[in-house]
Amino acid sequence: MTEDIVSKLQNWIDKNTYHHSEFWDLKKLVELKKKNNLTISLCLPTLNEEKTIGKELIIFRSELVERYPLIDEIAVIDSGSDDNTLEVAKNFGADTYLASDILPNLEPKRGKGENLWKAIYQLKGDIIVYVDADISNIHPRFVYGLVAPLIYREEVKYVKAFYDRPLAFSGNVRPSGGGRVTEILVRPLFSLFFPDLTAIIQPLSGEYAVRREVLEQIAFPIGYGVETSHLIDVYHKFGLEAFAQTDLDKRVHENKPTQALGKMSFGILQTFIKRAKALGVFEKAEHETLLRQFQAKRDQYEQNLIEIIEEERPPMIEIEEYRKKFKK
Amino acid sequence: MKDYSELNNQLSGLEDKLKKYREVLLANLVMIGEIPAPTGKEENRIQFILNRFDEAGLTDSSIDDAGNGIGVLSGKESEHALLLNAHADTIFDMRTDHTMQVASNEIMGPGVADNALGLAALVSLPYILEDLEIELRNDLVLLAGVKSLGRGNLEGIRFFLENNKFDIKNAICVEGIQLGRLSYSSIGMLRGEITCRVPETYDWSRFGDASAILTLNEVINKINDMRLPKRPRTSIVMGSIVGGSSFNTIARDATLGFEVRSESQEVVERAGETINDIVLEVSSKTGDQVELDIFAKRSPGGIPFAHPLTKCARSVMETLDIEPRLAPSISELSALINQNIPALTLGITVGEQTFKSNETIQIEPIYKGLAQLIGTILAVDGGYCE
Ligand SMILES: Nc1nc2c(ncn2[C@@H]2O[C@H](COP(=O)(O)OP(=O)(O)OP(=O)(O)O)[C@@H](O)[C@H]2O)c(=O)[nH]1
Ligand SMILES: [Mg+2]
Repeated sequence: MTEDIVSKLQNWIDKNTYHHSEFWDLKKLVELKKKNNLTISLCLPTLNEEKTIGKELIIFRSELVERYPLIDEIAVIDSGSDDNTLEVAKNFGADTYLASDILPNLEPKRGKGENLWKAIYQLKGDIIVYVDADISNIHPRFVYGLVAPLIYREEVKYVKAFYDRPLAFSGNVRPSGGGRVTEILVRPLFSLFFPDLTAIIQPLSGEYAVRREVLEQIAFPIGYGVETSHLIDVYHKFGLEAFAQTDLDKRVHENKPTQALGKMSFGILQTFIKRAKALGVFEKAEHETLLRQFQAKRDQYEQNLIEIIEEERPPMIEIEEYRKKFKK
Repeated sequence: MKDYSELNNQLSGLEDKLKKYREVLLANLVMIGEIPAPTGKEENRIQFILNRFDEAGLTDSSIDDAGNGIGVLSGKESEHALLLNAHADTIFDMRTDHTMQVASNEIMGPGVADNALGLAALVSLPYILEDLEIELRNDLVLLAGVKSLGRGNLEGIRFFLENNKFDIKNAICVEGIQLGRLSYSSIGMLRGEITCRVPETYDWSRFGDASAILTLNEVINKINDMRLPKRPRTSIVMGSIVGGSSFNTIARDATLGFEVRSESQEVVERAGETINDIVLEVSSKTGDQVELDIFAKRSPGGIPFAHPLTKCARSVMETLDIEPRLAPSISELSALINQNIPALTLGITVGEQTFKSNETIQIEPIYKGLAQLIGTILAVDGGYCE
């Protein structure tokens, strides 16, 4: 059984893991997009991002609208920023929306997931690509690296970003994976209950491109659980084969303090437990004892399986010798 | 008097038309600016620029043996060539955070004005000219030159000028700021460093007066006392000073970076000799090691104010409502002057060079600056400057 999973996942990783440099030929990509009659919308969710939003827009519009017409629409959906995010965004030619103005008859909620969800209603594309607005080393690869697998392969429905930095390591093998919340919370949870999903190197990355037919079929937690829930729900409905992932190299953004990670984890746990219960995974008691981490050798990724068996001793009172000795 | 009416027709409305290229230009600016390029380590930036030339279909583009990036936009007749130059290096080291910040009206980041914007103009030009359906008669050679600043001493452009195969008739140097600058002559210049060192075998009984900083101070005082002529205009710039290591240890070394500038070559030479005498004198008096290293020189020269090229540029500026500010230059222009190529330096926009990461340029004036650049290219290409 374990062997099966290992080879299945390795197979999936080899087939569905890309590096953005494989898609450098934007001309070819745009031609195929036209031929397949696809439209693509870019959604940037924002909350107080005046420092970074302008640069993202300039670069995406220059490279992916003017030079190579890959995206048909760029929308900034804002949660009610106090700063000049919307003014800057409008100035640099984005369609700007206040999340609460979309579907105004629904009671407004606040959180990034809300904006992503409302984008499905507001934007026109067959594919929506979501990119966080707080990336300071923005580059067109953040978009074309994610939409390319959807353009080249019809069976792929959901493409997730991950960030790896081969150059930073001098050794042959480097640990590869997500941030702290991924490695401490999500990967152990997936190892236990959804081993297939451990093939996704960075389950929490905020950048992904998805087909509308999938987006309209899944629920959206409005807060920190949105990425986790997507993975579970898309996996449940469409299987692992619906996913692909692309290495976008380095992503620079502000680091969060541990306390913020605690809040994030709490949101993720709630989302997870809700789904795990609904799918009955807790009841399928036979728990996994393999933690599935990642390592990379040059440009090959492989899972690193670590057997962790938490054996237990009973309360001492149940031991006969103990009871004799202490006359209990 | 030349008849500029056809040129003026081409210029009318150009500034507005250029607004369409805001994203293309600013994206190039940001992407170029975020690639560190300290003098001598410009490869990554040059590679990016070359990719852009390739994408624009400039089939003859290449990197020469000095590391310069060269793109060629072939003209209809290709009789001779106009050189457009922007230096690729910056004063910021590899470890400086090169993030560019984009606000509504301005862009901030290390080297954004000097010279990411000049380079952005250079690499965006083929795209813009093609989109505007402007076809030139002569070849336009685009040079992103390396090793220009400081100790680089214009090595890149000098190599290019000595080794290229083009028939370059005129040249324009592009700098990010300031819009309105018009440089067509070079002044005489001499750039160097004076380093004072307390010898290893120092006699510590000389308590107190033993410090490389004190020695350098003496050198500085003597330089400051030098008598410089009012005419021809001459000045000495005390540019930088580095030395010592902490509050409570005697400074073992101290270095002054300076530049002598003058309209007269002879005055520059004489000042150089005087400084050399000062260095020898202070050295023998104090017993410290005092060394003079002169690593860059420029001779004065250039085209006259009434030269057709200058006239052309002034006419273009006037049409676009740009107030020309005449100022000599000691940068790449002087390498061109040495080769007897009539040349100008133009600025693209308004901004502030702080030599720190908060260097800033204004976005709005860029269109005017670009219109001026394209206008001057059209003027040269149209034979208005002969
Ligand atoms: N936290 C938060 N982010 C929002 C909200 N609405 C939109 N966003 C945007 O969602 C994106 C991601 O937000 P971040 O707070 O950086 O959350 P994150 O990406 O999960 O966390 P990091 O990994 O630290 O970047 C950014 O572009 C935010 O501007 C909101 O209500 N709360
Ligand atoms: Mg973020």
